[in-house]
Amino acid sequence: MIEINELKKTFQTEKQFVHAINGVNLRIEDGEIFGVVGYSGAGKSTLVRCINFLEVPDEGSITISGFGTYTARNGKLYHKDEGSDKETPATDKQLRALRRSIGMIFQHFNLLDRSTVFENIAYPLKYTGMSKEDIAARVTELLELVDLSEKVNAYPSELSGGQKQRVAIARALANNPKILLSDEATSALDPDVTESILKLLKDLNKKLGLTIVLITHEMAVVKSICSRMAVMENGKVVEEGNVYDVFADPQAGSTRRFVNASFGINNLEKLTETGVVNVTSNSKLIRLTFDRASVGEALISEVSRKFDVNLNIVLANVEILQDAPLGGIIILAKGEKENVLAAIDYFRSCSVKVEVIADGMA
Amino acid sequence: MEWLEELFPNVAAYWEKFLASCSATMQMFLIGGGISLVIGFFFGVVLVITRTGGIKENKYVYTFVNFFINIFRSVPFVILLIFLIPFTRLIVGTAIGVRGAIIPLCFGCVPFFTRQVETALSTVEPGKIEAARSMGSGTLGIVFRVYLHEAVPNLIRVITITAISLIGLTTMAGAVGAGGIGSFAINYGQNLHHQDIVNVCVILLLILVSVMQTIGNTLAKKTTNRSLFRK
Repeated sequence: MIEINELKKTFQTEKQFVHAINGVNLRIEDGEIFGVVGYSGAGKSTLVRCINFLEVPDEGSITISGFGTYTARNGKLYHKDEGSDKETPATDKQLRALRRSIGMIFQHFNLLDRSTVFENIAYPLKYTGMSKEDIAARVTELLELVDLSEKVNAYPSELSGGQKQRVAIARALANNPKILLSDEATSALDPDVTESILKLLKDLNKKLGLTIVLITHEMAVVKSICSRMAVMENGKVVEEGNVYDVFADPQAGSTRRFVNASFGINNLEKLTETGVVNVTSNSKLIRLTFDRASVGEALISEVSRKFDVNLNIVLANVEILQDAPLGGIIILAKGEKENVLAAIDYFRSCSVKVEVIADGMA
Repeated sequence: MEWLEELFPNVAAYWEKFLASCSATMQMFLIGGGISLVIGFFFGVVLVITRTGGIKENKYVYTFVNFFINIFRSVPFVILLIFLIPFTRLIVGTAIGVRGAIIPLCFGCVPFFTRQVETALSTVEPGKIEAARSMGSGTLGIVFRVYLHEAVPNLIRVITITAISLIGLTTMAGAVGAGGIGSFAINYGQNLHHQDIVNVCVILLLILVSVMQTIGNTLAKKTTNRSLFRK
């Protein structure tokens, strides 16, 4: 478990203070894949770097199971063991030991270019008292884990992006960490490679019980492997919850933008702007969101008949999130005003979320 | 040796002197270069790790080292040579000959080389440093296992550049009594009007510099994105 309390980190540039993290509270459970999304500059990178103290927070505390609580006051870090009340200044040695127990992977892989795959993976194992034979055995094991055994003597320049990230993952897992931090690990990869890396992460999560904290700006990544997520904006967590729930019913503005973008619904503006969809005075443009409870019912045709409204489907999309369907339909509802309103009420009574996007009747 | 006598009669006439000055130049180059290499590496690393955003940020150390390097970098070497005479006498007891030349050579070479090392180490992507930190590496670990390891091709390039400029410095030191090829060319070539001696010195230095440049380029190429000896 990782518990983050009232975490704050401010950077000072020449002219101003940048509040990279401004009071973040989060709780990440053991064994879950937790996604942190946000636009660039939202503070997600800084947040993930605070978890292994690559950045030392100014204020707030982080508790990591097995490692006690680290509390920051005025940019100074103090450490308290689990179940103990005694607080001591955190030492460099403690932090380095902690970092060895938390793996981290990066957008640009950050492998040593002059070292072979073997040497890269052996990096965190060397100088830890392990014998050469044990290191070799462990590296072989890790290479099998990431399915890259044949590249053991290759140099990073001879590998593809996806292979490099696999090496980086093996390296991050070398010391058997319980936690893996992923900083935009798939953002520099092609879509199909991204998919294979995400699959690998998910497998590792299941196989090793690895807790993964994944930061990304791609909603697709969160959709495909995360169980819970947080959305960050201006250094704050603006929304947090189960991935399905966040997607089904996004609350914060930036969450909506993310969700809409990932559903391809941003095209809608273009459709209305270019007049492909014409919201006339007797129509409303409505967005319906069907969740687990309502997807699959033949609501559209039923409502159309029952309330005598024309429902013209403009866009439709069904996603499978965490093995449950989530549907979104944009319809142009045309008819008598009271009929349309009654239809909307009926949709709502069937637990369909209704959002009026453009209202020709207003 | 007949061709030598024919082409460069005066070089043949002063053959012993010529060999002695070659040896003096080599001594200055190797001893001065060796010392400068170690000190320059040290200060270069210090600059990179103590600068703003470095792994061991320290404004005072950085400013101090930076200041001294700038000072010695801005004094032309010939002036530095005379300026350091009292200091050299104090330390090694003499200001002439190879012994007397080592200290001014180091003062001339170290600041230049430090800057070069600093530049070479700065080419190591910050991401690699961050990854090493995330794996629990400390300052020493990052210096030796990341900075000095990943920057090898660039370090070879800057060592080559520095070595070539050091050859230049040794000949200049020759002008103020250090001996070596520089003083041979001036005293026996220029002053005695033996143009062939000057020519031989030029050819010799040309060969020396080309060989060093070729070795440097080859090694830099061979160490880019791989280690020199493939396992």
